[in-house]
Amino acid sequence: MRGITDPILSSLSLAGLMIFCVLLLSSALIEFLSRHIISFNITELKDRVRAWWIMAFFFFAAVVVNRSITIIFFALLSFMVFKEFVTILDTRRADHRALFWAFLCIPAQYYFVSIGWYGMFIIFIPVYMFLFIPIRLVLTEEPKGFLSSTSAIQWGLMAFVFGLSHLAFLSKMPAINSGRVNGATLLLFLVIATEMNDVFQYLWGKAVGRRKIIPGVSPKKTSEGFWGGVITTTLCSLFLRFLTPFNVEETLFFGFIIGVLGFFGDVVMSAIKRDVGIKDFSNFIPGHGGALDRADSLCYTAPIFFHLVRYFYY
Amino acid sequence: MRNILRVLFFIFILRPVLYIFIGLRIYGRENLPLSTPYILIANHSSHLDTAALLSLFPIHRLGKVRPVAAADYFEKNPFVSWLAHTFFNILSIERAHINRECNPIDKLKDALKQKNVLIIFPEGTRSKDGTIGPFHAGVVHLIKEHGNIPIIPVYLNNMYRALPKGELILLPFFCEVHIGQPIALEGPKDTAVKQLREAVIRLKENRS
Repeated sequence: MRGITDPILSSLSLAGLMIFCVLLLSSALIEFLSRHIISFNITELKDRVRAWWIMAFFFFAAVVVNRSITIIFFALLSFMVFKEFVTILDTRRADHRALFWAFLCIPAQYYFVSIGWYGMFIIFIPVYMFLFIPIRLVLTEEPKGFLSSTSAIQWGLMAFVFGLSHLAFLSKMPAINSGRVNGATLLLFLVIATEMNDVFQYLWGKAVGRRKIIPGVSPKKTSEGFWGGVITTTLCSLFLRFLTPFNVEETLFFGFIIGVLGFFGDVVMSAIKRDVGIKDFSNFIPGHGGALDRADSLCYTAPIFFHLVRYFYY
Repeated sequence: MRNILRVLFFIFILRPVLYIFIGLRIYGRENLPLSTPYILIANHSSHLDTAALLSLFPIHRLGKVRPVAAADYFEKNPFVSWLAHTFFNILSIERAHINRECNPIDKLKDALKQKNVLIIFPEGTRSKDGTIGPFHAGVVHLIKEHGNIPIIPVYLNNMYRALPKGELILLPFFCEVHIGQPIALEGPKDTAVKQLREAVIRLKENRS
């Protein structure tokens, strides 16, 4: 039993309190705006903030309760997101069994995380599944569309199972800095910074966005949104420094990295949506679209953050 | 006994699978009439279709919903027949050897008289790729003979990807049920069949 003086527990509580205050402030602000500015279309914003309350609650609960719950939480997230991904793909009848194995990968990958088998966690999808999925597809003897099926399935596994499972592995990393920081606090830092970057980029874009940054892929994204978001995230990550072993310069560096990668995660998924011709991945989260619309930046920030931290601090 | 098994199956297997594993989305539920009898007309691409349509109804009304099924397929094997009757409460009709004594329309008319909801797939078979095939005219005979019965068109999306014809493994694809407004059939048999099919196609094309 950890005492109330346990530094990790108090860090987690402080982060929880910060999330709570920020959400309370946003809800109050929206309530104020909707009462005093009638012409302002507020419904989407309200939905978004309400969904943030729910997502923040579940995520925070999953991180605080224990490691198994954290791992199950991310396994379910991978499942949701991978399901949204394959649903929008133009899969062939011949892909059915290969997709079955791809779905089975999710429990396997998270099992390797849960027993802390780093070697298997890191090669299972990039090596074993990479070679196995084409074998299963070959057995259906349907060469037309073979390459696009293998590529799409493997890409989905890499981004949404392998990539997101880094969040679960991060949560299992042991305590460092004389017990002040561990995997759970690092995970909070990464997820809060990534999601706040999404919000900042959206808000900057809405407020002062003029010049389109990548109109061919994402017509709503602007340079002002991008730079405003990255700079705000970089600065705000300083408030979260107590969750990490970083000094001030390192925190700024990681904040910056998360801001830039988060943006690219977002636009890469936008390109996929454009390619298949849909707007949102699903309507799972009101106001946000699908789980994938929320988790897209994490697919990019999680693996890079994990490996940088593991290399330099463990 | 069968009713108890069916209720347990719905509560503990079918609903969790459809709503959690598959993530079934239902649009236009308000178009379902409150009073029975009526007929649900849907496109057919998977065994999941029947399950999805049955899941639209509250548990206590399950006994009054009868998916119409082909006897030559579902009564071939006693085990399959038992499964289909117990869990899905099918109303099996003869497709071959029809004569005056054994007319499937009579069986359906009786079911409607007893205020059942009928689920009918007028394509008569499962589509392999989700395209909507030609409709058979049998259902129009039933509607003309019974008269004045609400007909609800339904479009089922993506079911063939979750559980294709000839496949035993169910995969989690998001699936959709689009329920349309009741339609009134006009004119001779051929135009009525066309109207039914067009109603389902319209739901497919107008889905958001």
